Amino acid sequence: MEFLKKKILELRPDFEKGGKYAKFHTLFDGFATFLFTPDRVSSGGTHIKAGIDLKRTMFFVILAMVPSLLFGIFNVGHQHFLALGEFSGSPLNGLWDKVLYGAFKVFPIVVVSYTVGLGIEFFVASKKGHAINEGFLVSGMLIPLILPPDIPLWMVGLSTAFAVVFAKEVFGGTGMNVLNVALTARVFLFFAYPTFMSGDQVWISEKPDVYSGATALANAAATGSPFQISANQTWNYSLQDMVVGLIPGSIGETSKIAILLGAAFLILTGIGSGVIMLGVVLGALLMALIFNGIGLTPFMNMPFYLHMAMGGLLFGAVFMATDPVTAAHTGTGKWIYGFLVGMMAVMIRVFNPAYPEGIMLAVLFGNVMAPLIDYFVVQANIARRNKRLVTRTSLV
Amino acid sequence: MSDVLVQSPAEKKPLIGKKERKLITDPLSDNNPVTIQVLGICSALAVTTQMKPTMVMALSVTAVIALSNLVISLMRNAIPSRIRIIVQLTVVSVLVILVDQILKAYMYDISKQLSVFVGLIITNCIVMGRLEAYAMGNKPFPSLLDGLGNGFGYGAVILTVAFVRELLGSGKVFGFKVVPDVLYQAGYVNNGLMMIPAGALFVVACYIWVQRSLAKHLEEKE
Repeated sequence: MEFLKKKILELRPDFEKGGKYAKFHTLFDGFATFLFTPDRVSSGGTHIKAGIDLKRTMFFVILAMVPSLLFGIFNVGHQHFLALGEFSGSPLNGLWDKVLYGAFKVFPIVVVSYTVGLGIEFFVASKKGHAINEGFLVSGMLIPLILPPDIPLWMVGLSTAFAVVFAKEVFGGTGMNVLNVALTARVFLFFAYPTFMSGDQVWISEKPDVYSGATALANAAATGSPFQISANQTWNYSLQDMVVGLIPGSIGETSKIAILLGAAFLILTGIGSGVIMLGVVLGALLMALIFNGIGLTPFMNMPFYLHMAMGGLLFGAVFMATDPVTAAHTGTGKWIYGFLVGMMAVMIRVFNPAYPEGIMLAVLFGNVMAPLIDYFVVQANIARRNKRLVTRTSLV
Repeated sequence: MSDVLVQSPAEKKPLIGKKERKLITDPLSDNNPVTIQVLGICSALAVTTQMKPTMVMALSVTAVIALSNLVISLMRNAIPSRIRIIVQLTVVSVLVILVDQILKAYMYDISKQLSVFVGLIITNCIVMGRLEAYAMGNKPFPSLLDGLGNGFGYGAVILTVAFVRELLGSGKVFGFKVVPDVLYQAGYVNNGLMMIPAGALFVVACYIWVQRSLAKHLEEKE
């Protein structure tokens, strides 16, 4: 580290205004501040002082995603070998083969997502002449986690480029986006290339055609029970499988335990809003309970708590809905926002057979509504305080 | 707008002078009805999945705008201003029904493809907008030109959008396959987003983006 620091200080004058490489100032600055806390501080105006800056915040979120990523890598391999009929018995059989296979599938997606996203970010930053923002560090990791393992890499690149340009840069870059960037990438793929993003064929990497790859959620939508086996499937999903994550699905969404570990980390470090997570979960459970009460279709009659164990609802609640830029900011607003997202997610799941997973569209819907929610919460507060003011003066 | 076209009657002018030419060219670029005035977006999203029906739609709209501009301009001094909207609507709907019948008679397939959207030309804001903003206050000939210009401006945008959508969405242009099979075998897939109206919004947005970055004078001064 000492060596790096010396090198950076030595090179810095070249990249300052008038230096040899002044053109690459933003690039250099981006790397330098990524490695070391910058020695410049904001001046003028009022600032809330905190010992944590954007880079550190983003890094903590990535740390929170590590359990999901690692389990996802293992599970990609596990599902693959299971479909081929190898390493049967305990899931831990052939652990290294599974991890190695999963890593070969997942890492290229991560690399493509980061290369494309950061490439655009660097380009725009140096063109506009402002500092490189770290917002994409998290989005770049989220994108692979919400994709199926066999997605063609050019689609990953295209969707990432689309999301970064249309969801972020046109609105003014990090911190200004209305929609969650990672979900925009996914929603683009979902509508542009639906055969690669939905159905029974895509969730298990390189599976034999005869082996049904229906997810637990697809089972539930079709029959009302996630455990139901479909044709040619050799095994039933159990609740335990669903909680541990040994089921087909997007790379990072399957393991509820890994996601909860991440959630605990985010809440403990104060980076993710526990209120929003709880709001989404409660909203989803409430909606599922209401559906239990109505009970018109088998899916409505499914025990309400099973909604939490299948699909990406929990992943969305923990990592997507809590995005500090696109979520509601006010205290009451966070509850409303969370409830809205949760209820919407279950509603889309149950009512719309074309969209088996509702959390993606629900979070995007919540993102769009968040400024409105905040506005009404703030207005209500102002009205309440105004009323108090009036009664005081009228008493006097 | 109207003060641009006040002509002194004594002066002898060529049929198509500088002002008249501007009536045609302005709506194509700096005063485009779709990308600058943001009118007629609805049909720009709805009919632009393929180029052929889009072409027909563009011609139909151009015919309706130009002719209704002409008719209303001829009647403009006789229309009581309190009921002018209903008079305009009557004229427009007559023209739209004519266009619809002609399409049904001679281009049945495309007419079926365009379905309700030919009838909906009557609600196209560009038509009413030109009548209100131009034909009600100008002479017949400039009004006709203005209608043609705006029709072409509308057509240029929706044809561009349709080109992009058909190319990316189904790999064709005017129904002819242009994306080579080699590319499909290499793993290329048509983009389904371009087949739904939401895709058209992105294409229109990109069009506006490109147009505004080329023509800086369109940007509002800060």
